[in-house]
Amino acid sequence: MMKQMSGAQAPVKYRSVKAAERSSTAVSYLILILLSLIWLYPILWIILNSIRTEYNDQNQLIGIVVSHYFPKQLGFENFVNLFRNTLFPRWFLNTLFVSSISFVLSTLLTLTVAYVMSKLRFSFRKKFLNLAIILGLFPGFMSMIAIYYILKALQLTQTLFALILVYSAGAGLGFYVAKGFFDIIPNSLIESARLDGANNAKVFTKIILPISKPIIIYTALLAFTGPWMDFIFARVILGETNREMHTVAVGLYYMLYGERVDSNVFTIFTAGCVIVAIPIVSLFLAMQKYYIEGVTAGSVKG
Amino acid sequence: MQNLEQRVGKHCRFSRFISGFARFFRRTWNGMQKRIKAFAFRFKDGSVGTKLSHFVAGAGNFYHKQFIKGSLYLLLYVGFLYLMIFSPEVNSTPIGFKALINFITLGTEAGDIFTPTDNSMLMLLFGVVTIGIIFIYVFAHMSSISSSYKADLDVRDGRHPSTFKEDLNDLMDGRFHVAMLTPALIGIIVFTVLPTIFMILIAFTNFDSAHPAGQVLFDWVGFENFANIFSGTGEISVRFGPVLGWTMVWAFFATSTNYIGGILLALLINKKQIKLKKLWRTVFVITIALPQFISLLAMRNLLSEYGPINSFLINVGFIDQPIQFLANASNPWTARITIIVINIWIGVPYTMLMTSGILMNVPADLYEAAQIDGANKRQTFFNITVPYILFVTAPYLITSFIGNITSFNVIYLLTGGAPTVSGYKAGSTDLLVTWLYKLTIDESEYNIGSVVAIITFIITATVTLISYRRSKTYKEEDAFQ
Repeated sequence: MMKQMSGAQAPVKYRSVKAAERSSTAVSYLILILLSLIWLYPILWIILNSIRTEYNDQNQLIGIVVSHYFPKQLGFENFVNLFRNTLFPRWFLNTLFVSSISFVLSTLLTLTVAYVMSKLRFSFRKKFLNLAIILGLFPGFMSMIAIYYILKALQLTQTLFALILVYSAGAGLGFYVAKGFFDIIPNSLIESARLDGANNAKVFTKIILPISKPIIIYTALLAFTGPWMDFIFARVILGETNREMHTVAVGLYYMLYGERVDSNVFTIFTAGCVIVAIPIVSLFLAMQKYYIEGVTAGSVKG
Repeated sequence: MQNLEQRVGKHCRFSRFISGFARFFRRTWNGMQKRIKAFAFRFKDGSVGTKLSHFVAGAGNFYHKQFIKGSLYLLLYVGFLYLMIFSPEVNSTPIGFKALINFITLGTEAGDIFTPTDNSMLMLLFGVVTIGIIFIYVFAHMSSISSSYKADLDVRDGRHPSTFKEDLNDLMDGRFHVAMLTPALIGIIVFTVLPTIFMILIAFTNFDSAHPAGQVLFDWVGFENFANIFSGTGEISVRFGPVLGWTMVWAFFATSTNYIGGILLALLINKKQIKLKKLWRTVFVITIALPQFISLLAMRNLLSEYGPINSFLINVGFIDQPIQFLANASNPWTARITIIVINIWIGVPYTMLMTSGILMNVPADLYEAAQIDGANKRQTFFNITVPYILFVTAPYLITSFIGNITSFNVIYLLTGGAPTVSGYKAGSTDLLVTWLYKLTIDESEYNIGSVVAIITFIITATVTLISYRRSKTYKEEDAFQ
């Protein structure tokens, strides 16, 4: 009965539903465009500032933050200044050095610990898991002062080597996401390999690693980009005065907020940001698929 | 009546708590007894070499002609004894047996122009290190005894004691976990466990800016620093309440805005009608990929008094005077709200990515069942999609709450804690962690900083413990399994 009645009105209703759907789609697009603009607004501002080349009456480059969003004159003066008059090239190489070494070390550490915790059963496994949970609850830089003095006792402070040590040593605790990945690899795969006479080391390198590309890339990506983003540890370990040894994050921060601040360097700062951001962001976007997989897996596992 | 029930309920909970404790101690005690018995049995049962191994590490291995292994243990033994007896000095502070005494006294030589002051800080640190070395050594010595005993048993059963090569092979197989976890454990002990213990101990000393290490001695003071939170007129008693309060407010709003915003954005992008989903997602992934020191410092300058946002707002006639978004000292809530809004920019893309994955994984049969039952779109959304997302992301919500309690970058890079509160180091937007950072790194008030760190740990640990128990009950629930 009901069906017949509504069937009589169907054409009219159908059209209105369609129209409502179309307008709701339009609204969705509008919101998305608006949100994208908001999200890109600061990023575009950095890029615009890096190529802003405006001069004042004395024919000096204006490097401070100005009130207009779009620059009046464009040029690459800031990049020239960045490479000629600051230590930026040095900072860039420092960071590249630290991140290339520490990403290999910490990826190895993270993956092996994760695999062992996931697939092997041994007496102190549970204890190690609990220890990792408890240590993860302490604010990371609570121990930073002590680390600073330990490194000082070893006469390693203000060196890049110390930074590599600190970044890699913590990697053993960050095994949760990778462990979640290994957990879903069926045990039968490992057992059949062991029946064929492979030892645990072989199983890991020959069977597990080749099928773990997503998690290897995810772990390596985070480990590699970490030193480019970290500001807290690098600042404490390297110190302000030791400018030669800074990484990009510390160097650029002190350019704006150091002891002797020159407010006329904001555009040079943004030029540095652009140089750092281009490789890091492109790396992320290229590896986006793996990053998203890791994030989703890690969060749902909790 | 109700009162009685309540009391009984409370009593039950209390007695359960007590019995839980009792069980824990009983178990530990039983375990210890078992271990001691096993230890004594091994000493009696073992060969001469194993007996000797109790006093000289590696002796048993030599007895069984495992020379390489035996030399390694012996080397460790000699090294340990050397360290303990001769207490070599690093930075003119001893490590070894003397360090244990120094650990208790924290230095006795106040120093004058002729003799340098004892470095209390290094003495404390090396005390902790020495205790750590003793623990690790005891563990190594035990392993030397059991390896000798294992060789005993092998001989008794007619096998030959394992050769060094066999031991190495075993490390790649049966004891693969040992080989893999040892470097990680060393890193964790040296760079996480020791420093954490050291920092906890500092909370019980008077190591502050008035007692710089190596110039003025400092000493143990018991719980005085903790008591100072509740009394006195120092920084910690005056600023502790406000900073803790703001930390909680911040964690609540930062978590909830990101969570709701992220889910809404994910729903929007995942709408069936929206094309180019990957492109839209990429726009937001850029924010995650951009190092935070760049995006946050850019925000800080965008919002500055003469920056583009203020000038835009003035040009459209929205305001006459520039707003001091991040530095308005007369009303700290301007900066606080600004920070929470900027944090949406930082955090929403992350939640969006996460929930997108979950949305695509909503079991299809749930939707089908709903369709068969004649549910409309709205009903499906509110009765299936929303509960499913909430269910799956509940653990994430808690981890992100904890993450926000200890989030450092957003506050430190945006305001550095400003607007300042005159006379105190903690500004109006300082969280417990940024305050801790300032107290220790910038102001050398190590003991107070350590107290703040311990309290931060207690808060995050409590939240985790509660959530852990909850997530366990979730696991037992099979609503969506």
